[in-house]
Amino acid sequence: MKKILFIEDEAVMQKAVSEFLGAKGYEVISALDGELGINMAKNYSPDLILLDIVLPKKSGFDVLRDLKNDEKTKSVPVIVLTNLSQMDDVSKMMDMGITTYLVKSDQSLQDILRVIDQTLGVSRGEDAGRQDDQSAK
Amino acid sequence: MKQALKNFFEQLNVVGQCRKYNLPLRQCPQFLFLVMGNVNIVAMMTAYLIGIRYNNDPDRVMLVVIVLSMMIFVISFVIVRSFEQLAEANRLKTEFVNIVSHEIRSPLTNLKWIVEILTSGVLGRPESKQTEYFKILKENLERMQKLVSELLTVSRIESAKIVLKKENFSLQNMAEDLIKEFEPISKSSNVMIDAEFLPGTPPVNGDPFQILQVLENLIYNAIRYIGFAGEEIARGKNPGRVAVKIYGKGDFVFCEVSDNGIGIPKKDQKYIFQKFFRADNVRRYQTGGSGLGLYIAKNIVDSSGGKIGFSSRQGQGTVFWFKLPAAGNGKNYSPKANAPMAQKLKK
Repeated sequence: MKKILFIEDEAVMQKAVSEFLGAKGYEVISALDGELGINMAKNYSPDLILLDIVLPKKSGFDVLRDLKNDEKTKSVPVIVLTNLSQMDDVSKMMDMGITTYLVKSDQSLQDILRVIDQTLGVSRGEDAGRQDDQSAK
Repeated sequence: MKQALKNFFEQLNVVGQCRKYNLPLRQCPQFLFLVMGNVNIVAMMTAYLIGIRYNNDPDRVMLVVIVLSMMIFVISFVIVRSFEQLAEANRLKTEFVNIVSHEIRSPLTNLKWIVEILTSGVLGRPESKQTEYFKILKENLERMQKLVSELLTVSRIESAKIVLKKENFSLQNMAEDLIKEFEPISKSSNVMIDAEFLPGTPPVNGDPFQILQVLENLIYNAIRYIGFAGEEIARGKNPGRVAVKIYGKGDFVFCEVSDNGIGIPKKDQKYIFQKFFRADNVRRYQTGGSGLGLYIAKNIVDSSGGKIGFSSRQGQGTVFWFKLPAAGNGKNYSPKANAPMAQKLKK
């Protein structure tokens, strides 16, 4: 089962994304602040990291810098999932080596799933919208 | 004491202060005060020089000039200070809208995702009655999200924080995609959309994300305000018509969105690009709507180096048009553009 680390300080958002991605066959582990996120990325070897920018203790920018400077985590694909939509934030994150930048309010959970599947090379065929999907396993 | 000194020197930095308010120099209170101070000194010296030619007592002339100058100085200080307070209030209002909009965005996204989970079947299939209510919830959330997003765009426009990421792209392709997207709404409103893209039209140079908002807004308005153009349209006897025409001319690409809808009353036309403005006849039929769409569209087109305008007759319809710089100053533009339409899509 592919493992996703979701670094996000809002519990409701954590729950919604984890529930949805869990039902689609992913194992989601969560970190509620930047510092914890970095530790979990190093200790649990996730296949992909979903990262917010506005975070307690360490911002998304600092987290990404640490992850990219560490041999263990530098090749893990990072998708930024944030409510900040200023062009300079997007460009800065893209320059730092993220895979995709998603603005939360513009995305449905299905959109997020599609991007994660694409990044991890998971194909779902026609069952993409159904609950019983096990293809990420 | 240190802080007071710091504040004092900050006040002396006129350019820095003007930047804080996002105002050009000629509208900046601090700069105006500086100009008035200089004018005052020149006026004082001139008045003194003229005064001593007609009066033999230089002390008396000097006293009169100083008293008058001080009065002018105090009055100008009060006026400039009130401008400064207005500018500060405006800056705070923009910042307030920005913060509030950001804070509302998060819970709205939470709600949207939770409704999606409830309707996706992840937690079991909802009953049909529940699905109906989830649909209403979803539509209302989308309305709120649109409003918040518009408020954020307005606050960015007003604080000059809109960054245009310009590139060359095809306005025709964008319009074609949008028309397809609007198909369900136009069908349900009994409105036909015609597309007329003239061949040889060059790509435009602009920020596709921002221009999409402009085009989306114009097409959506055309469909939205046509539906109640007359009883016949409502009854399906005479369908509403919207036409999107794109063509190149000189160094620009023009886009026209016309409709045979209710039109804009003459008395309202001068306000149509103002923030929060909605015409009287529109408000009578459609209570929803923020009145921000055209304000945003105008600002985006203006800052892209283009122009936006319209012509309208009440009861007959409206044509909104905008022009944007063609990629490479229209060098790819071919004079064949006057040939008959290349493509006609009927929805």
